[in-house]
Amino acid sequence: MSAGTRKIDVIVTDVVPVNELVKRFHFQRTDGQLLPTFSGGAHVVVEMRDDDRTRLNPYSLMSSPLDTRDYTISVRRDDTGRGGSLFMHQRVNPGMRMVISSPVNLFSLDLRARKHLMIAGGIGITPFMAQTSQLAGDAGNFELHYTCRTETLATYADVLKGRYGRRIHLYRDDQGERLPLEQLLASQPLGTHLYICGPAGMIEWVRRTAAEAGWPDDTVHFEHFAAPQPGKPFDVTLAISGKQIRVSEQQSLLEAIEAAGIDPPYLCRGGVCGQCETKVISYDGNFLHNDHWLSEEEHQSGRKIMPCVSRFEGKSLVLER
Amino acid sequence: MGINFRKETFRDDFSFRNSPEQIRRFPFPFHEDSYMYAVNIEPHTPGPKNTVFEHLIDVDEHYISEMEDRALVLAEDPLRCQSLPHMTLAGWDLLELLMTQKAESYPEHFSLTRDGDNWHWINRPLGIDDRFTFGDVSTLPYGPMAYITRQSQGDFCVLDQRDGNLWMDAGIVTTQADWSLDFDIGMNFFEWHAPVPLAHDMGIFNRALKFLTNIQQGQPARRFNWTMTINPRLDTSPENYHKWGVDRTTVTPENVGQKVHLRVELQTFWRLPRSNALVFPIRCYLIKMDELVTSPKWARRFHRVLRDLPNELAEYKGLTRYRQTVVEWLSQYDDGAPTSSGFGPD
Repeated sequence: MSAGTRKIDVIVTDVVPVNELVKRFHFQRTDGQLLPTFSGGAHVVVEMRDDDRTRLNPYSLMSSPLDTRDYTISVRRDDTGRGGSLFMHQRVNPGMRMVISSPVNLFSLDLRARKHLMIAGGIGITPFMAQTSQLAGDAGNFELHYTCRTETLATYADVLKGRYGRRIHLYRDDQGERLPLEQLLASQPLGTHLYICGPAGMIEWVRRTAAEAGWPDDTVHFEHFAAPQPGKPFDVTLAISGKQIRVSEQQSLLEAIEAAGIDPPYLCRGGVCGQCETKVISYDGNFLHNDHWLSEEEHQSGRKIMPCVSRFEGKSLVLER
Repeated sequence: MGINFRKETFRDDFSFRNSPEQIRRFPFPFHEDSYMYAVNIEPHTPGPKNTVFEHLIDVDEHYISEMEDRALVLAEDPLRCQSLPHMTLAGWDLLELLMTQKAESYPEHFSLTRDGDNWHWINRPLGIDDRFTFGDVSTLPYGPMAYITRQSQGDFCVLDQRDGNLWMDAGIVTTQADWSLDFDIGMNFFEWHAPVPLAHDMGIFNRALKFLTNIQQGQPARRFNWTMTINPRLDTSPENYHKWGVDRTTVTPENVGQKVHLRVELQTFWRLPRSNALVFPIRCYLIKMDELVTSPKWARRFHRVLRDLPNELAEYKGLTRYRQTVVEWLSQYDDGAPTSSGFGPD
């Protein structure tokens, strides 16, 4: 299996600057057919062919699941990241052909909920764009609380307010506005489900506050894509295929394994789905675990690694690949 | 060329038969001369012509009669079809899947015309010609899942996915091998598999759940299961055990060929796009021993499988009372010759 999902050939039909950090990209199928229907919260993996290397980055679909003539994603430029967002911002133009995966949903709505309470931080707004479209089309009960740095970085806040009015609540850091989380969590009707997408620190804060307020775990849902972080280069031996590879500074371990012609399964490429879990045969050094899949014990054991986001520093690492 | 639908019954006079062509396409589930559990899941991709895999949703000569039998079961016991309130969207997903697959695979029997949300569905074998609004329950005579599964062979379990588990939150189950939707509704994957022997210790359910929760849109998977049924009865439910349980005491060496059936379930697994739910169609195929032994390979192999089956499995599948009689009857067709690999009849 070369990937967890089927590939779709698309053409970039529009690139729209949304604000100083965010651009929106529109894709349609090259064969003119409709794209697959999806559910709110789904992402696609976008293949970026950057000269001799291929990046595969996941982005949430933000267009309405009710309209599959095109898919749209929004990409926040990260000047210190590994270059995927810069590639999208600088190299992707209308008319370009690209390859994306079929949609995969790891952040699904719980349709049993009597009410959906959504909390977004920054670019974490994107999955909620699709989820609110889906719920609004079915007369669903939702409320969105959105924190951002400044008015101009409140990506799509105007669109959401225009669509849903008082259901949208905006908090701007530079105006000293704070999300009244404890009060919010204390005042929800029975049967409310909580959804969080944003920076890691915010997800931790909301989850912890919800747990302290007595919210059951299975009513709290979060999207926790850890983008792979750059780091020092390291060498790896792949025991099954008998290959030696070097993971460069801007490359993830998974990308380096793929560049060697080996195709581990994957879905999220963000350390949450578990598909690319890899056994460690031996090592001499330290793991830099960045995933949300393995347990703390597994991290300590030195027996497993998630190559999509985790790295290694040391003398030798032998993997069962 | 269309399908030559048979007129037959799965109760009372039991006039069910397989035509010679249908026997040749029977999904014989044993690829070797013995059987043990395995997570025997493979991609559900279209297969060779004249097999049950030719189309992803198989319609065969028993279609009209099976749908009549389903209607009888539902009339007696409406709880065979249930959908918890949050599963309506998954019902629409399933309706779309079954209508588009059928119309594409069998255009002479089914047609679907879509203009936005205005859909026009024609099912010629059952004489149905309906226009409705996709997503609007008030425009159909039943809920979307009930509507389309009253027109589709096999049982359907529609599973919600949440908290890393699968939940039996909707379904229609009228052709089952002794389990009850009404009993299992709302249960999770481990709860509804609790009665299965051996497999828990083998870690099979953990691995199976991990696989199933990762099934992706457009990439369905399949597996087989099997048991045996006395008389060609589709509805062998716990609710009706008083009607069929006693059948198991009626097997004699003289009637094995006509009375005893191998019952094969083709289970397929599909991700549903709008709801992110999964649907498991469980399609039941029956074949009489007299029909099975028209393939010498199948006769030899099934004799060996049944003879050597672990007692726990025989007990769980409810075969114990008549197993020995059937093994002795089948032994006359087993000359000890080796069997070729693979499922086919040779």
